[in-house]
Amino acid sequence: MRVMVFVKATEDSEKGLGPVEEMKEMFDAMGKFNEELVNAGVMVAGDGLKPSSHGKRIHFDGPSRTVIDGPFAEARELVAGYWIWEVKDMDEAVAWAKRCPNPMMGPSDLEIRPFYEMEDFGEVLTPETTERYERLTDKMASE
Amino acid sequence: MLASPASFADKAGMAADDTHRAIEAVFRIERARLIAGLARIVRDVDRAEELAQDALLVALTEWPKIGVPANPGAWLMAAAKRRAIDGIRHTTMQSRKHAEIARELDEEQGMSAEAMEAALDDPLGDELLGLIFAACHPVIGAEGRAALTLRLVGGLTVEEIARAFLSNDAAIAARITRAKKAIAKAGVAFEVPRGAELAARLPSVLEVVYLIFNEGYAATAGPSLVRPPLCAEAQRLGRILAGLMPEEAEVLGLLALMEIQASRLAARAGPDGRFVPLTEQNRACWDQLLIRRGLNALQRVEALGGAGGPYALQAALAACHARARRAEDTDWRRIAALYDRLGQVMPSPVVELNRAVAHSMAFGPEAGLKLVDTIADAAALRNYAPLPAARGDFLLRAGRKAEAKGAFEAAAALSANERERDWLLARAAACGAD
Repeated sequence: MRVMVFVKATEDSEKGLGPVEEMKEMFDAMGKFNEELVNAGVMVAGDGLKPSSHGKRIHFDGPSRTVIDGPFAEARELVAGYWIWEVKDMDEAVAWAKRCPNPMMGPSDLEIRPFYEMEDFGEVLTPETTERYERLTDKMASE
Repeated sequence: MLASPASFADKAGMAADDTHRAIEAVFRIERARLIAGLARIVRDVDRAEELAQDALLVALTEWPKIGVPANPGAWLMAAAKRRAIDGIRHTTMQSRKHAEIARELDEEQGMSAEAMEAALDDPLGDELLGLIFAACHPVIGAEGRAALTLRLVGGLTVEEIARAFLSNDAAIAARITRAKKAIAKAGVAFEVPRGAELAARLPSVLEVVYLIFNEGYAATAGPSLVRPPLCAEAQRLGRILAGLMPEEAEVLGLLALMEIQASRLAARAGPDGRFVPLTEQNRACWDQLLIRRGLNALQRVEALGGAGGPYALQAALAACHARARRAEDTDWRRIAALYDRLGQVMPSPVVELNRAVAHSMAFGPEAGLKLVDTIADAAALRNYAPLPAARGDFLLRAGRKAEAKGAFEAAAALSANERERDWLLARAAACGAD
């Protein structure tokens, strides 16, 4: 199964990169962990994200679209990075997540969320929706 | 064998169940490396497996009390080694092998805890790689290698492997036992071969990984067309190999090939389970993340100068399809040229058949018919359904409907996969409809 592992943001991560020495140490530890993930065939993708002050939100309400500039409040609800892992089950994902070095200077959280798989959609994916998708890709390709 | 999580729920409360499941998950991560390290010491896969299992039992008793140790792999290894020493002390020191092992282990016991951890850490993954090479040793038949690799490296149970290969437990267990005996008899070392020997033995490893992948991707028998868990297992093996041997172009070539082919798993079978050929697949269902990973791996192959290897060429072929947003955008001339090269580095009737298909798409059905007729009598293709299926397709496109119908029917009669057979019979019926 494929999971996305979110590195939740903190007040610190929202301020940008930390002091060079501390960051070096962190990169070193994280590098080792990432290497382990790669060598175990678990790592599919992963990246770090800049603080939300570099981000934008698009708010939807009926037909209206409002663009909101970052930074956004509630640091702990924000995301500072992610991995995509391929694991056998949630237990294995948890076991790997526990070995991750603390990604932040202070207390922090990782959040593991499984991807939807095709069979989860079941009846949602009718032949009609599938056909619509096909038309859509045709259109994208011809543009 | 791992006890199923359910068996714990009966005996203890949910908390204990959770703890056990967590410990078992940690164990699963460590198991292959543990067996690899132990096999190198005791020079016996069976014993290594037993010792690893013993270590799990110790962990299941100890970890709930002390918590999961900071380096669980080293902890499990130390526990297994203590069991190994106890075991050897209890048996008579009759053989030199045992005496030697006991001495080596005793020496290690004298090491400081830190030195022990350092020695047990396998940062290069060398031990795991050594185990993979042993399990895939050419003294074992390809199917035996596949079963043993899935058991030792993938950590699948005999039941899971039997289900994956649509075989029965007893047959798979026997296959694994035979494979282990073959390794022991040949005195296979659990080491990574170097230099010329590495080059000689790598193909046998890659063959096993691709065999596992293909059994999942193009199920040769049974009611379902694809078995994604087997593909996932092969991809995991491929990723491990690519992680541990990042300079081997063909390892990366195989990984690229599997990632790109697996990107189409969801599109390969229709909602009703029917087979959907490549050109008719809904490309919106292709997994773009896997395609990107495959194309990246292929780029690394090219940077290493390995674009001409058999797996690299097959990956390049798969990439041609992956890059085409619509079936009609497919660069068939490039595909035909790649098949010309593949036919030279990996001559086989199956490659020639695919080459014929590529030429038919690039230069017309007559070109395909001409090529397919040169291999029609090949012994390897005598009962190979895709041959008459391709011929039927060329004939139909050339307007020779009656002959096409016969070819599709012949193909259907040869296919062991029910879904594929339905599709071929439908094509045969369509020939006669007008």
